[in-house]
Amino acid sequence: MLLETIFFYLFAAGVVLSAVGVVFLRNPVHSALSLVLAFVFSACLWLMLQAEFLALILILVYVGAVMTLFLFVVMTINLDADIKKQTFVHYLPFGLLLMALLAALLLFVLKPAHFLSIGQPIIQDQDYSNVQVLGKVLYTHYVYPFELAAVLLLVAIVAAISLNPRQPSNKKTQNTEKQLYIKRADRVRLLSMPTEKKP
Amino acid sequence: MIHDIFILIYTLIKVVLITLPLLLFVAYLTYLERKIIGYIQGRIGPNRVGIYGLAQPFADFFKLLTKELIIPTASNRYLFLIAPVLALVPALAAWAVIPFSEGLVLSNINAGLLYLFAISSLGVYGILIAGWASNSKYALLGAMRSAAQTISYEIAMGFAFVGVLMASGTLNLQDIVLHQQGGILHWFWIPLLPLFFVYWVSAVAETNRAPFDVAEGESEIVAGFHVEYSGMTFAIFFMAEYANMILVSAIAALLFLGGWLSPFENIPVLDAWFDWVPGFAWLLLKTSGFLFLLIWLRATFPRYRYDQIMRLGWKVLIPITILWIVVLGFSIESHLGPWFTEERMAITHDTFVG
Repeated sequence: MLLETIFFYLFAAGVVLSAVGVVFLRNPVHSALSLVLAFVFSACLWLMLQAEFLALILILVYVGAVMTLFLFVVMTINLDADIKKQTFVHYLPFGLLLMALLAALLLFVLKPAHFLSIGQPIIQDQDYSNVQVLGKVLYTHYVYPFELAAVLLLVAIVAAISLNPRQPSNKKTQNTEKQLYIKRADRVRLLSMPTEKKP
Repeated sequence: MIHDIFILIYTLIKVVLITLPLLLFVAYLTYLERKIIGYIQGRIGPNRVGIYGLAQPFADFFKLLTKELIIPTASNRYLFLIAPVLALVPALAAWAVIPFSEGLVLSNINAGLLYLFAISSLGVYGILIAGWASNSKYALLGAMRSAAQTISYEIAMGFAFVGVLMASGTLNLQDIVLHQQGGILHWFWIPLLPLFFVYWVSAVAETNRAPFDVAEGESEIVAGFHVEYSGMTFAIFFMAEYANMILVSAIAALLFLGGWLSPFENIPVLDAWFDWVPGFAWLLLKTSGFLFLLIWLRATFPRYRYDQIMRLGWKVLIPITILWIVVLGFSIESHLGPWFTEERMAITHDTFVG
């Protein structure tokens, strides 16, 4: 039990520190990496609550895919590090307002009474499989919303792949299909020519 | 408390027992690659250090260890040094769930396949951070290419995994292998043949190996993301690449070729003859076969053009996987034998354990 408590506080401190880092680090790339760290630590916390499916999906989707693309963009557009500092004060009133709204909302949902009533987390026995439990709920109780969301995402991915930018007809681009089907006979013509002078 | 610490130490010993042979395998894989490509190209390969050049990996290791570590002045010092570690750690951490034989696994977790997928998706960070922290145009270009390529092929790879978990009905790697019991025709490579192919192509792309090695691209962008690295930092990138090669080969053997199961299962005479071979040896043999294939591919194919890599990933591999998942769904529902018979699909985790 003691080890678990130690690890909990370690990961919790990790989440908080890296979240603070996202806001306060000067360099946008450092901020993004700090966000990655925050995701990893929260996945560790979920893992300690035996929610292994959610924890691994968080790593897979947010850390493995979303943040990679995020870093990709942040690295390429080469943000000036100073801009962030100037705008930080500039947007402060607006930010404070948003923060107050969010805090009020959170207080409304998570009343202080909730915190006091939470004791030790429920520990499931060895046979408990988070994936199985989640699957049972998803495929029975929520089967229609779940399937609908899945089809929606599939349509989105098909649309994204097929909707390449339409080029104007006079624009010259590579025609990959044509390039791939090219044969040697299309490009090279082998001739046998008689030599002009007899040696 | 004492009990907890005892378990912790015991686990650490097991980790060392997995990692050390793995690193030795990585060292000799570099030797094997040079030898095999050498013979393919009509050369001899390394043959100066030790008998048949067998001490070559250690000579290389000590050379790299004693070389000067150069850190570019305009680079981001901490990220520059942490990047090789971030590349190597996922390649080693993934071995925690790989079952070497029945019951011989460090951590037999239920979401094993998902864990593998999540961990292998982290490998790109090492390359991405190395490319950015080097503060060099070529390194950044290599990192960008690698990030785009990894994201694209991860989707196809994920769909291939979906096919495997549909066929076996579990995410637990040990149960996936046990679902393929019954001889070479019962392995998943037959019902999942297109997914097997898609997995292998995306695995080659994920490890940034030729013909998908645009992240390095020696002839275009010098050496890509590790152009600024020297000595041991470079060696760690190298080790990460080879550890990843072994990993994707082992996963291919586990998911599609029956892992540690003997290929002679249920064949009258041969089954008895090869009964003494431990399961681990079969897994090693299958993994080595895939590793040879990786090296063979490198020696055979020229590098893919970048736009064609994207086209292959998004417009060829992903549609194939989606189509085959539908086909697979129908064949599972109609209990197509010998893979999806009712008895086979009814097998659950409890049957194996109890």
